[in-house]
Amino acid sequence: MEQSLLVVDNLHVSFHTPFGDAYAVRGVSFNINHGEVVGLVGETGCGKSVTGRSILGLVPHPGEMTEGHIHFDGKNLPELNDREMQLIRGKRIAMIFQDPTTALNPVFTIGQQISYVVKQHSELTGAELENRTISLLDDVGLPAPASLLDIYPHQLSGGMQQRVMIAMALSSDPDLLIADEPTTALDVTIQAQILELLTTLQSDRNISILLITHNLGIVAETCQRVVVLYAGRVVEQGDVRAIFHRPQHPYTRGLLAALPIPGSRGSDLNVIPGSVPSGLDPEAGCAFAPRCAFVMDICKRDQPLDYEVGIEHQAACFLHDKAEGQEV
Amino acid sequence: MNEKMMSPLVEIRNLSMEFVRRGGQIGGHVQRIRAVDNVQLAINRGETMGVVGESGCGKTTLGRCLLRLIEPVAGEVIFDGYNILAMSPSSLRSLRREMQLLFQNPFSSLNPRMNVLNLVAEPLRTHSKMQKDQLAAKVETLLVEVGMSAEHLKRFPHQISGGQAQRVALARALALNPKFLVLDEPTSALDVSVQAQIINLLIELQRRHGLTYMFISHDLGVVQHISDRIAVMYLGQIVELALSEDIFNSAKHPYTQALLSSTPIPDPDKTGERIILEGTVPNPANPPTGCRFHTRCPFVMDICSKEEPKRSSVSDGHWAACHLLNSD
Repeated sequence: MEQSLLVVDNLHVSFHTPFGDAYAVRGVSFNINHGEVVGLVGETGCGKSVTGRSILGLVPHPGEMTEGHIHFDGKNLPELNDREMQLIRGKRIAMIFQDPTTALNPVFTIGQQISYVVKQHSELTGAELENRTISLLDDVGLPAPASLLDIYPHQLSGGMQQRVMIAMALSSDPDLLIADEPTTALDVTIQAQILELLTTLQSDRNISILLITHNLGIVAETCQRVVVLYAGRVVEQGDVRAIFHRPQHPYTRGLLAALPIPGSRGSDLNVIPGSVPSGLDPEAGCAFAPRCAFVMDICKRDQPLDYEVGIEHQAACFLHDKAEGQEV
Repeated sequence: MNEKMMSPLVEIRNLSMEFVRRGGQIGGHVQRIRAVDNVQLAINRGETMGVVGESGCGKTTLGRCLLRLIEPVAGEVIFDGYNILAMSPSSLRSLRREMQLLFQNPFSSLNPRMNVLNLVAEPLRTHSKMQKDQLAAKVETLLVEVGMSAEHLKRFPHQISGGQAQRVALARALALNPKFLVLDEPTSALDVSVQAQIINLLIELQRRHGLTYMFISHDLGVVQHISDRIAVMYLGQIVELALSEDIFNSAKHPYTQALLSSTPIPDPDKTGERIILEGTVPNPANPPTGCRFHTRCPFVMDICSKEEPKRSSVSDGHWAACHLLNSD
């Protein structure tokens, strides 16, 4: 079997706060194969962005990765020193963020910012550098790319700025692109353009993409595999069709049923009562137990394991324990 | 039923709103941005009118003009028989009880230095002369109405979750028994599972009190779930108006069709044909001639850049402003 490009194994990240440690990520494991688009999905505070940043060693202060391995192409990333990490971060693994207006530097031109990144990863200078910059802008579908070189970020719309960010991320031909809510700040018609661009780039260049989002619609349209996070843990993962057509974890089911979709007018939406726990004082059992409609005694005491519920489809729920639960 | 009951609760006639932007230097040029352009719309008693469009289309400005929070440059707004725009400040003040506004982000609309009790009591103190214990009892009733309880009275906004904060904002809006609520993206800042709670609550409150809503959102899924009728806006104008079902099943305006197909559907097997619009929304200070959508329209014809399309009736209560509907 082909080796995965990225293997995240038992990742733990804590934030040291004055109120005690907040456990943002508590044992997340998943992998990404070559050329695969994996969706990392969950609600606010579930640890999806922190997981994405941990891969690049970019956990913001006062956060700290306390446990786990991140194997990329055979290397364990947390063990690398800064120099070795530089050869991977931005070069082999690139990242784009939610808000392109804050990710781009307002006082440098688009040309300066992209060519700076190109120079970090190549020996190009002068006209060659400029041509490479123009071709990158062209690749992401920006019209009249040569005219953009002397333009400042504020002169571009949000969608164009996000295209510039993608051009920058692609400048080193990365193997993996981490896209953290890349379209959340954009309008739906522009979102459709950016998602189309990401899908095209993925199939043309065979890049793997980790798409971090809260939008289940986007996941359904772009990803091949889905990892569902809740309160810092993976509650379910599997093939996109399995997750959307046969969700096995009560949280995934609840989330899908809570979405207003065409044709649902007038009916009550399914509601998951309560709200997401804070992570400051993690509960002993399943984190979803306080909001779960199928809660059992064991859920409040023990952590559920990952149960196989289909072909390469796991759910962390005691309902799938043959001894404990009955199939629902 | 008398005539007044049959007439629409809110009637908007030829409403236009302009913002003036001055250039950088002294004596710099003045730009007039027409955020709402000649809008006509009637909202019936007890119905939910959805207003949908992308950022900058004027949907929020329209909502604010209705409540006269900003002064439109032309047109009339008739609320329950009164012309709001012609009213004196004092008579407007008493009418204001009957129309309320719910904002997108409850944490910026709620004063962080007031606790829940004072937040909900504030409109009552302003508009009525209630005794202290009467006031406390009323606040509690309102909290129960929105699914909260007396235990939250002493909490401050930062001590409650986003969903609870939006409930408090809703309790404030309901305090004076309004007839009409403008809901401006009330669930955009919330997670999916919490969004479902708020939408269900809004529908329930409407049934209980016979409220009339104007529901503004960029999310078509949410809008169609809650609305009886939907108005689609583009660059300050309504381009299509129809029953919620008709918008989803037989949209006639190419912009509505593009908006629908850009909205990601949470079903991996329904990712069929997408109409991807090119470019971005033009600058509203300098809108395109003729049909404002012609620069991005996949079906553009010669006439579109020359003549502004008139409303064409599609079926009873369904119209769209597009030359395609007259061409054959």
